[in-house]
Order: sequence, then structure tokens, then C-alpha cells
Amino acid sequence: MRKYSVREITQVIQALFTAEPKLVDLWVIGEISNLAKARSGHWYFRLKDADAQLRCVMFRREARRVRGDVLTGQEVLVHGRVGVYGARGEYQMVVDVLELAGGAGDLHLQLEALKAKLQAEGLFDQERKRPIPAIPRRIGVVSSPAAAAWQDVQKVLRRRYPLVEILFSPTLVQGQDAPWQIVGALDRLEREGDIDVILIVRGGGSLEDLWCFNDEAVARRIARCAVPIISGIGHEVDFTLADFAADKRAPTPSAAAELATPNRDDLRLHVDQLQQRIDGRMAAALQERRSGLQQLRGNLQFLSPRKPLQQAQAAVSDQRARLERVAQGHLLQKRERLESQRRALAAADPRQILARGYALVQDERGVYIRRAQQVRAGQGLRVQVAEGQFRVKVDDVG
Amino acid sequence: MSDKLQRLKYEVAFEMLRELVAQLESGHIPLEETVSLYAYGQELAAHCQKLLEDAELKVRVVEERG
Repeated sequence: MRKYSVREITQVIQALFTAEPKLVDLWVIGEISNLAKARSGHWYFRLKDADAQLRCVMFRREARRVRGDVLTGQEVLVHGRVGVYGARGEYQMVVDVLELAGGAGDLHLQLEALKAKLQAEGLFDQERKRPIPAIPRRIGVVSSPAAAAWQDVQKVLRRRYPLVEILFSPTLVQGQDAPWQIVGALDRLEREGDIDVILIVRGGGSLEDLWCFNDEAVARRIARCAVPIISGIGHEVDFTLADFAADKRAPTPSAAAELATPNRDDLRLHVDQLQQRIDGRMAAALQERRSGLQQLRGNLQFLSPRKPLQQAQAAVSDQRARLERVAQGHLLQKRERLESQRRALAAADPRQILARGYALVQDERGVYIRRAQQVRAGQGLRVQVAEGQFRVKVDDVG
Repeated sequence: MSDKLQRLKYEVAFEMLRELVAQLESGHIPLEETVSLYAYGQELAAHCQKLLEDAELKVRVVEERG
């Protein structure tokens, strides 16, 4: 078994206390006893009722804020946390608010009772909370025209999302008449219809100032409103029943306006991005077509009839060349044969024979003389030689 | 820009733009349609930007009637 030091086990016990939510934030009602106001300014006392007692300490800073005379035997309501005081091995309540019963303390008690009742009814349940539209067109605002909260809301909306239309439903936000006026303001907005979200806002104030937002009728009206509601009441630390009943609680009026709207800069950016996307898509679509076209054109070129046409043409001219060669050959042959004929012819030309020294002899009638019997002495004959002719007379026939 | 487009409220125009982009990105659309979607998308985007630039907060007070 592990052995603990006293300090160690005290730390374990302390951790148990801080882990219990009920003990870190609670209200306790009881009677004060053994009150000791130390010279340091701290108060030490016990709270007791018929059956039990609780050791309490209230430090100087908080004790100074207590209103009224606090005496042993008084009924009080205290707020604080319960923890372990290790140095003494005791648990005790560290009190930060102490109110005398019958004063504001009664208000707290009433409030706690009302809150418990509404909670039990399920009025504050998370499942009841409706989502706030991301981009509202019309926003209802319930506030006082004089309130700084209303100005803050307008400022935020103008900066973030001026496209929105505001329906301002004025009301008192403080005092006895405030609760029914707030209910009326919500009624009016609901009757208007076509509203995306309603802001119910009021700036900071004392507990009493904000009291109308703890009104039961107001809380119930908010819970059953047809339009989602964002509350922005008081400061960060203030929680009212209206806040619990609303669909969303904002810590301040400005924060409520921010929660209700998108940021214009974000929207600009978003539109920019969409624009870039369609640009990109368009470029891609064109590129796709271009490369598709390129591809087809390539295919088409491959299938083009030009090539076989060229081949056919080449074949034709090839044939033509052969034909020419053949024809040329024939022609040459013919020419040679012609030439030889011509030479033969030339050889047969009588003038050639004459050129060799022979002569043609004709009588007066032009008859060629081949035999000697054809002529008689004294007959005139015509003699033709290669160059020129002359007449002769037959002298004697042998 | 068409009159009809000019009258579109921001949320409507923005939603249309978003759907148009989704449609463009969804798959194979005929080129002619891509071109006209693209042109319309540009107009929607310009309209949205203009609305964001030019908007002025409108406030109406809802008072008790009667």
C-alpha cells in the first residue's frame, strides 16, 4: 500500500472539492454565529441552521463591501466557494458576497427559486436553443432608444454588416414598467414577421438596474419567441434569466451584434474566393477544349488523304518517266533507221554517181541512152555531168 | 448587368453565386454553357461586392400601433 504524506493526502482532498461544480460557485443561507472580525480586516464566522454548521471566512477586500451591520444571530445569504484549508485540515467556505436576509438577499433567493423553477420546466434546456442564421437580412433590436447599448449595436452592425435592415422596438430597460414593455416590444417584432434574429440588449448596471431581465414574464416571453434571440445584457459577469432563456447569450450588447452578423471583410474575401474559383474553372474549361482540339487535329492530320494522294502522284510521275524513257528509246531507233535509209537513198542519188565522174546522156526527146544502137552518127545528144550539162554530136557509132 | 440581377439581395445573390460555382466545378458542362455561367457568375460576384461596399444601415422603428 502506498503511504501518503499529510500534505499529499490533503492535496487529494482539495482536488475533490475543486472538482465539484456545486462547491466552487454557490449560495448558502443560514444564521451567523461565532462572528470574529479580525484586526486584519478578515471575518471569521460559522453559518448554522438546526442541524449543521459551516465554517466561513471572508477576506478584508470582500468584507469591506458588505452593507449594513452584521451581527451574530442574523439570517444571511452568502456566496462563495467551499474548499479545504490545509493548514488546519478543515473545510471552509470562502465568502465573497454577504447579504442580510430581508434586503437584497431576498431578491437573490427569489431569483434562485424562480431560476430553479424555470429550469425544472425545461425553459433553459440546450435542446430548445435555435441556431442563429449566418447571414441575416432583418434583425430586430429590443432596447431603450436612450441606451448606450443601442448605439453600440448600431455601430457594430454598421461596421460589420450594413446590409442588414434593423427593426428597432423601443422599450424601457429599467424599472417597474420595464418587464411588460419588453414583452410588448417582443410582441411587436414577432407581429412584424420575417425577422431572422432579435437582439435584446442593455448596458451594464447594478443588480437592481438589470432586475427587469430577471422577470418571469420576460424570461417566458423570450423562451417562446418565434424568432431566435441573442441577449446582451450588462457586462461579462452579469447573468440574468433573460440570458438563460435566450437562444444565445452574449457578454455585452456589442458582442450580441457581432454574434448576429457575419463580418463584411470575411464576406468580401469569400466572394473573392468564389470569383477566383469561377475564373479558374473557366480557364480550365477552355484549356481542356484547346488540348482536345489539338489532339483531334493531330489525329485528323494522320488520317488526311494528302499522303495517299502524294503517293499516287509519285507513282504516276514514275510511270510517266518510264514511258518517256521507253518512248525515247523507240524514237532513237527509228531515227537511226531513218538515217540509214536516208544514207542508202543518198547513195542511190544519181547526182552522187555523176559526182564520181559518170554522165547521163539523153536524146532530144529526153530518152536516156543506155545502148549504143539507140543513136546514129551526127545525132545531137545532151550530156549531164555532176556540175552542169553540155551538148555533143555523135561522131561514129562503134 | 441585368435589372433583375441588380435587385437581388445580398444573401440571395451570394447563395446563387455559391451554387453556380458548385455547378461549374461539378463536371463536364458544354462550353457554351460554361461561358454563360462564367459571365453570370462574374456579374453576381460584382453585384455582391458592390452591395458590400455601398450598403448603408437601414433602421426602422417599430412602435405600438394605436
